[in-house]
Amino acid sequence: MERILKILEENCRITDKEIATMLSLDESAVARARAEYEKAGVIMGYKACIDWDKTEDESTVAMIELKVTPQYGEGFDKIAKRIYDYPEVESVYLMSGSFDIMVLIRGRTMKEVAMFVSTKLAPMEAVVSTSTSFVLKKYKENGVIFRKEPDDEREVMGL
Amino acid sequence: MMDYDRLLSQKVKEIKPSGIRKFFDIVAVMKDAISLGVGEPDFVTPWHIRDAGIQSLQEGKTYYTSNWGLLELRTEAAAYLKRRYGLEYKPDSEVLITVGGSEGIDNTIRALVSPGDEVLIPEPSFVCYQPCVLLSGGVPVPIETKVEDEFKLTARQLKEKITPKTKLLILPFPNNPTGGIMEKKDLEEIAEVIRGTDILVLSDEIYSELTYGLKHTSIASIDGMWERTVVINGLSKSHAMTGWRIGLVFGPAPILQQVTKIHQYAIMSAPTVSQYAAVEALRAGDKDIEYMCGQYNMRRKLMHEGFNKMGLTCFEPRGAFYMFPSIKSTGLTSEDFCERLLREEKVAVVPGNAFGDSGEGHIRCCYAYSVEHIKVALDRIEHFLGKL
Repeated sequence: MERILKILEENCRITDKEIATMLSLDESAVARARAEYEKAGVIMGYKACIDWDKTEDESTVAMIELKVTPQYGEGFDKIAKRIYDYPEVESVYLMSGSFDIMVLIRGRTMKEVAMFVSTKLAPMEAVVSTSTSFVLKKYKENGVIFRKEPDDEREVMGL
Repeated sequence: MMDYDRLLSQKVKEIKPSGIRKFFDIVAVMKDAISLGVGEPDFVTPWHIRDAGIQSLQEGKTYYTSNWGLLELRTEAAAYLKRRYGLEYKPDSEVLITVGGSEGIDNTIRALVSPGDEVLIPEPSFVCYQPCVLLSGGVPVPIETKVEDEFKLTARQLKEKITPKTKLLILPFPNNPTGGIMEKKDLEEIAEVIRGTDILVLSDEIYSELTYGLKHTSIASIDGMWERTVVINGLSKSHAMTGWRIGLVFGPAPILQQVTKIHQYAIMSAPTVSQYAAVEALRAGDKDIEYMCGQYNMRRKLMHEGFNKMGLTCFEPRGAFYMFPSIKSTGLTSEDFCERLLREEKVAVVPGNAFGDSGEGHIRCCYAYSVEHIKVALDRIEHFLGKL
């Protein structure tokens, strides 16, 4: 049934009926599987993949590396929750290596992001240090390459 | 004024040009036209294969190779055929690297066919066999495969067409355009007819990796057939490498020596950069094949369901990446159907008669396109049928 996930991962607007045809399954079986995946939290949502750079939107994304003191009995989970509950935070990862937590933030301007770091993240007790890097250009995200799909360049042969 | 008509080779002039061109010249300038007309994968060659080609250029490997092709590639090709189909060929004398499978077909026909020899060609099929036979002075003898036989060549049909002049049987399976395949038991029956005769076999297995639900069997793996068979394969369809032009020819050494002589004088050697990329493809590309074949399979089912739903009878193809629905119910000829479909709905497909007279009443639709593309094309075809 993970084949259903593979198809949805590429195109979540495809119908259950079409998936059923492609995999030689019953439409109802696909609908059931999809509902179960949603319930179990395997499918976490169906979001459009948007290249904001092509819109009027001027928002900016930053990656912030945090060094954090883990808390007794809670590890990193408590501080992670405090961070990811902010709506401007897009992603939070616990990392191996020279820092502990990676935070992806989207803000309307660089200044807004900088303010968020200095007024919200940095003052948290457990946070030892922050290092902020702004994204200048997005080439590829979640497997999608951010450039116009080239036209079908296949020329017709005499067969 | 030069009288070209008088000067040009009569034999070449008599060969019909491909009738497809005119449709696709229209597509090229028609806004919003979409096509199901190509005959190649929509995948780009996997990156690790392209990278191997680039690497060879950076290392300055820009010379000719041996006429037979890089020994390294022939060795990989032999290993590949053994691994996938259980066929054994010696890399030093029974494998030739050509410029695409088509060159292999041409050279093999030229090496085998003398003037007056008859060549059996199951049709509908790929369009190059007949012209190649004619250029050799041979006589093409079409055998019409039928939808009720799942577009297979049957032993009975074969027997009917064999004469004392029969030199060669061409076996184009998995088949372009019908999607028919020959299973092991079907090939056993063909072999039964051929064994004990002097008839040779050219088995064009370029689509061998694209079968759905059943692994491909090569006729060369059937008892008594290896020694009379030339197997044509290549990387174009299996590894999405059409533009690299790498074909593989396998056969008994005495035949390949003659085939290679033609290749040597006409071509010298296949492009070196492509040969290095092909080494990587055959060595580390099996997973690419599985992936792409899986994708084609899903699109195949989607398109087949689509044609059934709109009431066009369509054999469920078992190999390659084409669908060959019958349009006889519309009362239109293949060409009229295609021309009107293009003008009125802006969808380009190929008329079935391009693949031999027996293809009349059919159209060929390729499903090597994205799911979205296929859905749009099917919607338009359904709309077109509704107007007829």
